[in-house]
Amino acid sequence: MDILNALVLFANFVIIPGITYGSQLALGALGVTLIFGILRFANFAHGDLMAFGTMFVILATWLLQDLGVSIFPFPTALIALPLGIISAILVSLLLDRSVYRFYRKKKSAPVVFLIASIGIMFLLNGIVRFVIGPDDRRFIDGAKFLVKVTEFKNATGLKEGLAIKLSQGITFFVALAVVISLFIFLQKTRTGKSMRAYSDNSELALLSGIDPEKVVFYAWLIAGTLAAVAGTLYGLDKSFKPFTYFQLLLPIFAAAILGGIGNPLGAIVGAYTVAFSEVTITYAYKKFLRYLVPESWEPNNLVQLLSTDYKFAVSFIILVVVLLVRPTGIFKGRVI
Amino acid sequence: MSFLSAQNMTGGYDSVDILRDCSISVERGQIAVIVGPNGAGKSTAMKAIFGLIMIKEGSIFLEGEDISMLSPQQRVKKGMAFVPQTENVFTTLTVEENLEMGAYLRKDNIKPTKDQVFELFPILHEKRNQIAGELSGGQRQQVAVGRALMTNPSVLMLDEPTAGVSPLVTVELFERILAIKKAGVAVLMVEQNARQALEIADMGYVLVTGENKFQGTGKSLLENAEVRRSFLGG
Amino acid sequence: MRINNRTLVVFILIAVGLLSVGFGQSWNVSLSIINLCLVSSVMALGLNVQWGNAGLLNVGVMGFTALGGLAGVLISESPVAEAWSAGGISLGLSLLMLILTIIVVIFIRKFIHNRTLRNILTVITIIAGYFLIRMFFNPAVDTIESIDSAKTGYLGGAGLPIIISWFVGAAFAAGAAWVIGKISLGLRADYFAIATLGISEIIIAILKNEDWLTRGVKNVTGLKRPVPYEIDLQQSTWFIDLSKFLGSNLTEASSIFVKLCYAGLFLLFLTLLIWITQRAVNAPWGRMMRAIRDNEDAASAMGKDVKARHLQTFIFGAAIMGMAGAMLTTLDGQFTPASYAPLRFTFVIWVMVIVGGSGNNLGSVVGAFLIWFIWVEAEPAGLWLVDTLTSGMSDDSSIREHLLRSAPHMRLIIMGFVLLLVLRFSPNGILPEKLRRYSTKVYRE
Repeated sequence: MDILNALVLFANFVIIPGITYGSQLALGALGVTLIFGILRFANFAHGDLMAFGTMFVILATWLLQDLGVSIFPFPTALIALPLGIISAILVSLLLDRSVYRFYRKKKSAPVVFLIASIGIMFLLNGIVRFVIGPDDRRFIDGAKFLVKVTEFKNATGLKEGLAIKLSQGITFFVALAVVISLFIFLQKTRTGKSMRAYSDNSELALLSGIDPEKVVFYAWLIAGTLAAVAGTLYGLDKSFKPFTYFQLLLPIFAAAILGGIGNPLGAIVGAYTVAFSEVTITYAYKKFLRYLVPESWEPNNLVQLLSTDYKFAVSFIILVVVLLVRPTGIFKGRVI
Repeated sequence: MSFLSAQNMTGGYDSVDILRDCSISVERGQIAVIVGPNGAGKSTAMKAIFGLIMIKEGSIFLEGEDISMLSPQQRVKKGMAFVPQTENVFTTLTVEENLEMGAYLRKDNIKPTKDQVFELFPILHEKRNQIAGELSGGQRQQVAVGRALMTNPSVLMLDEPTAGVSPLVTVELFERILAIKKAGVAVLMVEQNARQALEIADMGYVLVTGENKFQGTGKSLLENAEVRRSFLGG
Repeated sequence: MRINNRTLVVFILIAVGLLSVGFGQSWNVSLSIINLCLVSSVMALGLNVQWGNAGLLNVGVMGFTALGGLAGVLISESPVAEAWSAGGISLGLSLLMLILTIIVVIFIRKFIHNRTLRNILTVITIIAGYFLIRMFFNPAVDTIESIDSAKTGYLGGAGLPIIISWFVGAAFAAGAAWVIGKISLGLRADYFAIATLGISEIIIAILKNEDWLTRGVKNVTGLKRPVPYEIDLQQSTWFIDLSKFLGSNLTEASSIFVKLCYAGLFLLFLTLLIWITQRAVNAPWGRMMRAIRDNEDAASAMGKDVKARHLQTFIFGAAIMGMAGAMLTTLDGQFTPASYAPLRFTFVIWVMVIVGGSGNNLGSVVGAFLIWFIWVEAEPAGLWLVDTLTSGMSDDSSIREHLLRSAPHMRLIIMGFVLLLVLRFSPNGILPEKLRRYSTKVYRE
């Protein structure tokens, strides 16, 4: 019984949050890895692109709420999501036309693209703060829980309860659907295959008649979609704050590099690895251990390996260790 | 005029002229081979013909049409196909996907062409679901040639197709290239194995410092004492 | 260093801008801007050493400046004796444990040759060491932080003049750069960028959360100044006489005098640093750095130890940033870890270097003055713009209110535009690096 209680506790505070956070990171890391694979640069503006798309979702959510539109028990943001996706795609394409395309034509070094992405980061960050402000915002409505603690306790008779928030369920299933469609697109369609081919060997792709501008167009289309979805899911589950979205860059990059940059499957594995490392290392195991060890051994401190203030350190340490041991990542990514 | 004819090409990278008044041509159903010492501009000539480098002077004609100003992609549409010397397969794609990418520009049914390629290179059919990066060097070259054939080209250009493969595989590859030529394709290739290549060639060009030094049928070049002494090792 | 016409024009423009702020707003504001321009110049100079000369994509400027800022506290604050006597010993023990762990790890890495065994032992030692350190560290921290936590709650500093912290800050940053560089300089440019971004976030997290060292978000205020205090000036007869002679308001005169003192001090150090970096750049060392930057493969083929050179440059640049950080803390008279934001402390510095001209030391100074001026003046300008554009709306209009509140964020949008426009239309910046790049293009068939 105590073991069961310990397991439920663990599931409640580690496994479920880990899966949720991992799914959010996975969508972000897929966007970064895709842009890297096709355009060959680390996009520092990806976090702010997420914020940009999410901002439109929030604005539309407010409007819909004012109009009394609701899809209870689901959050209104889900019907506002398409607007966020469209705006993230449009701004990406616009910025590609006006900024990146010039450097592509000039065949500039990846570093130039990276610095340009810093300029875009400023731009998007400024726009988001200008329109919606720098503060923390929650925009979730609808039902709160899929599984409630009390219901779970009554049903199982355990001392510990398990709660699954609706936002966590939505995150998981939306992310799953998005990832599956992305993989079908990349593996089965002609355009998807041409994107993989271009990412693999752009020179040979040109010789085969693959149009790079078309590949780039689709890359931004997908990256914009992924960014808006990832940002919205993160905001629904936690909250929306422009600065937090900028900071998400670090775990997202860690995930993408960990999995092997340019490799979509790697991005997903990397994302869950980063998420679970963060959650397991910053979780306080005191209560968990109390169920498992004899009373006399009971720990008198929190048994927390690292305070949550340092969760960035976790993704960072993983990143550095991987880069030192295996620079290509878990799955072989691109090494230029 | 020949089916594919590059006339008086001069040019190279930036201000350095690697090619100087170099002319090369090939007919349908024939093999033309470019040989010469290192740094003679053999690969540069191929790249220039395919439009990967723009030439300063001279022109390139395909079926009598001047294609000098076309981009490589447009030349692909005109029926030219190019197999680079290195990095000539998509290593993370399967063999079959490699072939499909070769046919990217085609809107019609590519199945018959794919079957023809599989017939020409049976090993590719066997390994069609394998990742190309996992194949042996010789098999990769077959994928590379197969990919190029997927557009149903009238001109196939090969840049040192036998570089880094074993002598046995070289013989096999040359056999396949002969089969391709018999199907009516104009084959233009650069080769290090000059002697072997000239044996199967209808036309041969010996390039030295970007200029045509000798040219003639493969047989005549093999019999030319000076060519033998200077370029074929006696 | 030759000063050409373009340099002169840019400097005159900036001077005109600062003068118009002086006449238009106030001389106090103008001097505050100048002081921050000078500190920013030092930061930009440090980044230019790394990026302009060696092509190191350091996106962690914030971390190094913050470490310099920390030095300001640790040098100038008086030590808190109770905290030292209460928690000093256990803190020392935990430090001892840390050193011990490091020694054991080095020992293992050196003397055990079986790879698997070596790695397993390393991991075990690090984990064991971690818990040992925490065993002494946690109680020490609790005791220290509990001592008069409203006023101190930390160990305090060395009680020395704050000027010393400028050098100590440089040393802190250099030390951090040595560790970071050792680990991550072998990485590709973009990975290196992400690594430095991560480290700077971690440094800020430490400064924010280790209250025993920095008081964390409770801040350390009232740091002792290297220059006179306004109050003292206002009471000294010579200053009263001076102010009378100049016919100015005593309060304003004292505050301007203080700012001028800072400006003089900063200018002195900036000049010194420019002189040093300029010498380094023109020395064979600088030529070699640029050769490496322009063609790493060729340079390493010629037998240059690229990694060691990069490490030197990285440390040199970081030390300058650390000094700038200490200068900033000195100017502010306080250390506030929560105020370190990457946009302001890393990316704006990047804009300065790119706009000024990567690779040109004087360019960084020009860029720093220009960009800081824009950064500061964008706020009133944005407000004015929004105010004018929305003047048609009624005063209680919520849109107008929102826009007025948001106007300061326009500076970010302006920064983005400036960076993108310069990168596109004048990629070498206002003062381009003099053309002495090595042309080592190698053509291959």
